[in-house]
Amino acid sequence: MSTTLTSGSGVRNPGAADQAAPRLRRSSPMHRRRSIAAWGMAAPFVLFFLVFTAWPVVSSLFMSVTDIKSRDLQNPFAVNLVGFENFSTVLTDPLFQKAALNTLYFVVVGVPLTILLALAIAIALNTGITKLSGFFRVGYYMPVVTSIVAVAVVWRFLLQPENGLINEVLGWFGIEGPDWLGSTTWAMPSLIAMSVWRSLGTLIVIFLAGLQSVPKALHEASALDGANAWQRLRSITLPTIRPTMLFAGVITGIGFLQFFEEPFVMTQGGPLNSTLSVAYLIYNTFGFGNYGVAAAMSYVLFAAVVLLTVVQFKVLGERDDATGRRRWFRKTGAAA
Amino acid sequence: MSTVTDTPTTTGPTTKPRGTEGSHLGEPQARPWIYAVLGVGLLLVVTPFIWMLLGSFKSEGELRANPPTWWPQAPTLDNFRELFTRLDFPQFFTNSIVVALAVTLGNLVFCSMLGYAFAKIDFWGRTWLFRLVLATLMIPGMVTLVPLFVLVSNLGMVNTYFGLILPFLAGPFGVFLMRQFMQGIPDELIDAARVDGAGELRIFWRVVMPLCKPALATLAILTFLGSWNNFLWPLVVASTEDMYTLPVALALYSVGQNATQYGLLLAGSVVVVVPVLVVFLALQRHFVQGLATTGLKT
Repeated sequence: MSTTLTSGSGVRNPGAADQAAPRLRRSSPMHRRRSIAAWGMAAPFVLFFLVFTAWPVVSSLFMSVTDIKSRDLQNPFAVNLVGFENFSTVLTDPLFQKAALNTLYFVVVGVPLTILLALAIAIALNTGITKLSGFFRVGYYMPVVTSIVAVAVVWRFLLQPENGLINEVLGWFGIEGPDWLGSTTWAMPSLIAMSVWRSLGTLIVIFLAGLQSVPKALHEASALDGANAWQRLRSITLPTIRPTMLFAGVITGIGFLQFFEEPFVMTQGGPLNSTLSVAYLIYNTFGFGNYGVAAAMSYVLFAAVVLLTVVQFKVLGERDDATGRRRWFRKTGAAA
Repeated sequence: MSTVTDTPTTTGPTTKPRGTEGSHLGEPQARPWIYAVLGVGLLLVVTPFIWMLLGSFKSEGELRANPPTWWPQAPTLDNFRELFTRLDFPQFFTNSIVVALAVTLGNLVFCSMLGYAFAKIDFWGRTWLFRLVLATLMIPGMVTLVPLFVLVSNLGMVNTYFGLILPFLAGPFGVFLMRQFMQGIPDELIDAARVDGAGELRIFWRVVMPLCKPALATLAILTFLGSWNNFLWPLVVASTEDMYTLPVALALYSVGQNATQYGLLLAGSVVVVVPVLVVFLALQRHFVQGLATTGLKT
């Protein structure tokens, strides 16, 4: 994922690809021979890619305007075109609206929370901690590499109302914790807490890399001029790492919009559908055999992913000084 | 440094040079409270893992005790024994390994071949093919779920290793990672081989691949982990127990009739998580570098 957005800036010499092989005239036999060799090498990937990725994406769009159901697998000719009926069914379905609101809640609270916490930890790790830096980084990264299913199973036990670790600890302070996953109020915050816990590590690593580009001299100069740490953070660090923030926001947003395993393992979407996500509803709809409706839902989710990404580019993307318009890529990084 | 202007060392040999602490200039110094906050955060992050590990050695009764115990009172291996005898965990483990290895191998070969073409050959259609591959990175897995299932079932591959493996053999991420890395290989090296009359495939295999070991290691680890932890597709495509991968088995047990067997579920989580954590801790440099080099300046 990473790569799509900042790709160019990571390359040692942006645009190198274009200069890589000495440019040959398009019509030269050499160029043709090389093209054939390149396509030969691309062939295995392209074959699998076309069959198992590109075709399903196109086919999903087609299915979304048909009434295909699981029983139609045997006789594909029974499938009828229904236009945008599936989409209107989906968008007016109270259950889908509920799932959409839940997903919105999850994203709107979870993504900023993850980014803020990760940024705070990354900045703390960047304040001259040398001794335990690697130790901390590895520790915070651990949840990222572990199976979300296993993690959700463990968290379910931690969140038990009677003898769960979390309520036990709250009890030390005289707080009686709720039945986290059994309450319509607390189930979603519990899932958010777990997802934040799980996503921190990725963003910490990304922010740490971004923080290396903050010029030290600027910090020193403004410190001499009497700027305090908070002012320096706001006027130097944050503007410098804005591309990193954008990247972090986009990948976290895309991930959080698709949350599925957490409710599947921890709450089965309950209580009273309070943790039913769009992705979970798609899975259930698919399970009931309503393929056309499920495909329509998945395209609505896709549209939401694109929309969220575009909005983040608008808000966090770099502004071109000359024209005042937002640019999508840094000038130096426009290669990709 | 301010030490230079200090009065000459008349204060005795034990005094530390001033100016290294609380200096506005030079490296900022970590304050103790930062260590404390980071330490507490780290404790919160690793507690679930420790609790999982300790819990897997507790008896069913102890896991239900109120208040909960921290250290196992009477450590037992019963949970693991049941996992590997009554339930079919060796089979799930094998399935996970077979699928992850096949997917990893496929990605290493296919992604580096295309990555090489993207990075070092100026060929017809390169730009749009690259854009096409990149564009799919943003597409949610749910979008391809339904048609992919229809396709795989039409091919008769539901509930087979082929069905579990084939859709993941060509991942866009791997292409991108290999392309990024290969762009750093000097063109002179490749041109020299071309002048010597070596074909592209030969250059790729003999010249480029040996130089790509770090990137290949990163790709191998990330792909293996991704496959090992993959859940949605195996959940859909594995319909009988003998084809379950570990996460699928664990998830279905945790919501099925074993939902109340806490010890069993915790032991299952340990089996899923611990091998990965061991690999991660052993090879953590590759992870962090891999993440940093694919997207960002290093």
